[in-house]
Amino acid sequence: MTEIGHARPRAEDARLVTGRTRWTDNLTPAGTLHVAYLRSPHAHARIDRVDVEAARRRPNVVAVLTGKDLAEEQGALPCAWQVTEDMKLPAHPPMAVDEVRYAGEPVACVVARDRYSAADALEDIDVDYSPLPVVLDMERAVEDGADLVHSDLGTNASYTWVFEQGDLDAAMRDAPVLLERRFVQQRLIPTAMEPRAVLCEPDGSGPNMDFTLYSSTQIPHILRLMLAVVTEIPEHRIRVVAPDVGGGFGSKLQVYGEEVLALLLARRLGRPVKWTESRSEGNMAVHHGRDQVQKVTLAADRDGTLRGLKVELLADMGAYLMLVTPGVPLLGAFMFNGIYKMDAYSFTCTGVFTNKTPTDAYRGAGRPEATFAIERLMDELAAEIGVDPVEVRRRNWITHEEFPYDTIAGLTYDTGNYEAATEKALALFEYDKLRAEQHDRRERRDPVQLGIGVSTYTEMCGLAPSRVLGSLSYGAGGWEHASVRLLPSGKVEVVTGSSAHGQGHETAWAQIAADRLGVPFEDVRVLHGDTAVSPKGMDTYGSRSLAVGGVALYRACDKVVDKARTIAAHMLEASEDDLEFGGGRFSVRGVEAAGLSIQEVTQAAFAAHDLPDGVEPSLDSDVTHDPENFSFPHGTHLCAVEIDTETGFTKIRRYVAVDDVGNVVNPLIVEGQVHGGLAQGIAQALYEEAVYDADGNLTTTTMADYLVPSAADLPSFTTDRTETPAAGNPLGVKGVGEAGTIASTPAVVNAIVDALRPYGVRDVPMPCTPERVWTALREGGAR
Amino acid sequence: MPRIRVEVDGATYEDDVEPRVLLVHHLRERLGKVGTPVGCDTANCGACTVLLDGLSVKSCSVLAVQADGRSVTTVEGLSPDGSAGHPLQRAFHREHALQCGYCTPGMIMASLDLLRDNPDPSEEEVREGLEGNLCRCTGYQNIVRAVRSAAAEARTGEVAP
Repeated sequence: MTEIGHARPRAEDARLVTGRTRWTDNLTPAGTLHVAYLRSPHAHARIDRVDVEAARRRPNVVAVLTGKDLAEEQGALPCAWQVTEDMKLPAHPPMAVDEVRYAGEPVACVVARDRYSAADALEDIDVDYSPLPVVLDMERAVEDGADLVHSDLGTNASYTWVFEQGDLDAAMRDAPVLLERRFVQQRLIPTAMEPRAVLCEPDGSGPNMDFTLYSSTQIPHILRLMLAVVTEIPEHRIRVVAPDVGGGFGSKLQVYGEEVLALLLARRLGRPVKWTESRSEGNMAVHHGRDQVQKVTLAADRDGTLRGLKVELLADMGAYLMLVTPGVPLLGAFMFNGIYKMDAYSFTCTGVFTNKTPTDAYRGAGRPEATFAIERLMDELAAEIGVDPVEVRRRNWITHEEFPYDTIAGLTYDTGNYEAATEKALALFEYDKLRAEQHDRRERRDPVQLGIGVSTYTEMCGLAPSRVLGSLSYGAGGWEHASVRLLPSGKVEVVTGSSAHGQGHETAWAQIAADRLGVPFEDVRVLHGDTAVSPKGMDTYGSRSLAVGGVALYRACDKVVDKARTIAAHMLEASEDDLEFGGGRFSVRGVEAAGLSIQEVTQAAFAAHDLPDGVEPSLDSDVTHDPENFSFPHGTHLCAVEIDTETGFTKIRRYVAVDDVGNVVNPLIVEGQVHGGLAQGIAQALYEEAVYDADGNLTTTTMADYLVPSAADLPSFTTDRTETPAAGNPLGVKGVGEAGTIASTPAVVNAIVDALRPYGVRDVPMPCTPERVWTALREGGAR
Repeated sequence: MPRIRVEVDGATYEDDVEPRVLLVHHLRERLGKVGTPVGCDTANCGACTVLLDGLSVKSCSVLAVQADGRSVTTVEGLSPDGSAGHPLQRAFHREHALQCGYCTPGMIMASLDLLRDNPDPSEEEVREGLEGNLCRCTGYQNIVRAVRSAAAEARTGEVAP
């Protein structure tokens, strides 16, 4: 059996199902001190005085430090994405010094012998605050005379970024159909199941002090560099380890103040220090996602042919710009056009400061927001012109013969087959049958109405060609690194710079290596997540691991085979051109008996007794792969909901997802990624919202208030695939991690609006709770 | 400080503990039984689920002193040799019912209790039965499949295809 394409259960499961895990909080070296943070109860206030004397005197307390105590050494948290030359970038100290700008911002910390003593001592810290005006509403924040989050900036607007292509005025002028809508992408909390944790172990003293920092992070390599930049501790003195990491979804694509402070506290105290957040503080202090107000205008002909699209966004940055905060909404700039052809497009985004937790990447990062808007608009357009929502898409999408296709947003979609995915989805969904049932229920005025939502999406992932990131002023490249080492005994070590936190790299990467090298799967070990083991990498986010890191490995394997071929040819006294490689064996074409296994070649390369001239001993290779293009997964999702018009309760009756993620290395893992993505996208549509009260207090700090769906809240999904290989990489793979989240939110909301359209409802704000659906029904019905 | 005696995964431990210490912290920080993780602080997520005298409890909602004289089973006790040999462990692996795996110990322990009450649960019954255990990665579909697959195996002695 070839390994690539095999639905192999995962190698990493064994330790996870037995509890033999290495979560950061499981690690407690001898002498470890525990850190607890005092966080601001105010959304915006001046810090007048912090009295820590009583806390210092408590038993088992080793140190109590304020932002002021660390002001000289703590630096400022980094933002790696200067999206415009005049972008306002406020200083962001890891611990607040003079002013707090969101509820939950760290103000002081206690370092103590144990977790309980540290928490107790927080109670004895006394802070005098002078409350300042609170800025919470983005639309009001950009009006003249608004109160300011950062008074020194003179504005709450961080930047305005514009993209335009085509003649939008011409497209809009006299357009027979002009749809204007305002959609709100509510603020979400990523909620990885493992709360953040960080442990820093110092070694030595003085200028030769070394640090090993364990963190529940998606980005050990980027974190190491950024820690060095922020603290001025030399980069080669810092080793970052991401041990087992319990989910991220973007929330651990960050350089957090607690990580910087762990390093500084370990340096100051000369002992290991550990901090593990509680869920309640995490909900306030882990970056949030989404949070946009979208004003969108779509121009079309009477037959539904699109002419142009205008997008005006306000994107909530929160109180500070973190690692990629300003760039997240801009990733959407390239996606608002979706899978459709149009003549003109304009995108304007203003990033706005508010007194809320900073936002940053959350599963999909900019693309779910864009996809939501265009897919909601396509359903609105269908209703406006009175054609089926699938048909209106068909009239506008790029047909499979038209690839590669240069989009109005400036990307080149390499491949795709929207027709095939849609046909498959319609059949699995029994679309016509459900439409007939819907008709019947409408006729009968059934109190339970049926709605059908369509979402035909694509997304850009596999971040990213370095030259593209450069053109967007991002602070780094988008390459990935892999190395392959054939050990003298014939076993294989694979090292990847892409660091998994649930994605299953240890299985999928071993499958790629086993397949390419022709060795047993069990003979391959995959190493990752430690800067001392994996010398370079760009880590894991943006559905990039397989499409960039997996391809790096694929190429590294081929490079090793090329070297082995040279040695094998020498050993067999044959020409390299006459050698075939398959099933882990080199053979001389036409001479069945003459051959060598790759293990035999490895041994010869290790012994190095008789290598061809110019060939170095040992069989290993390194590849740093820079992708030539994004990958563009696509698919068609169909959702049927039943809505009880008397209670407003929505139940998902059927959900069909047909995704095209190109060639598949492990179908089991792909299916799991789709399921999880759907759950998070559906959660945005129906359940989740970070809510602030009028004073700027987050009221959804617990899982009782922030409604992560349980098994009882979600349906069983029907998933299937079409396979249109990506043209941009030799594996033909595309990303899959974010696709389900991107596609599903509009599918669900479209279904809800579809159910309620006869009642005059044109939109329901997310999350579409029973109360909101009920209210929309009453208000719609009144029209 | 009260002295407590708790049997955990077959071994007996005696400790002086503060009365306020949570069972999960006692397990993790005193006994080094870190296989049981903590996912929240409001008893919503279920990641810390263990069996106390055979019944599932969220070990963040039990004080260590309440476990005095009682027996605790954690995920580490299901296959003490680390072979992942318990039918639920095997089913979670086979059906790809975990991704990051952080909720998995709690999910498996809650499922164990569920199957004890109901050896042949429907999909709906599994979903309702695991309502107190949150997973952020899988969308639950494969967890439901794994629990039902383990149940079928326990009933028939055969692994479902």
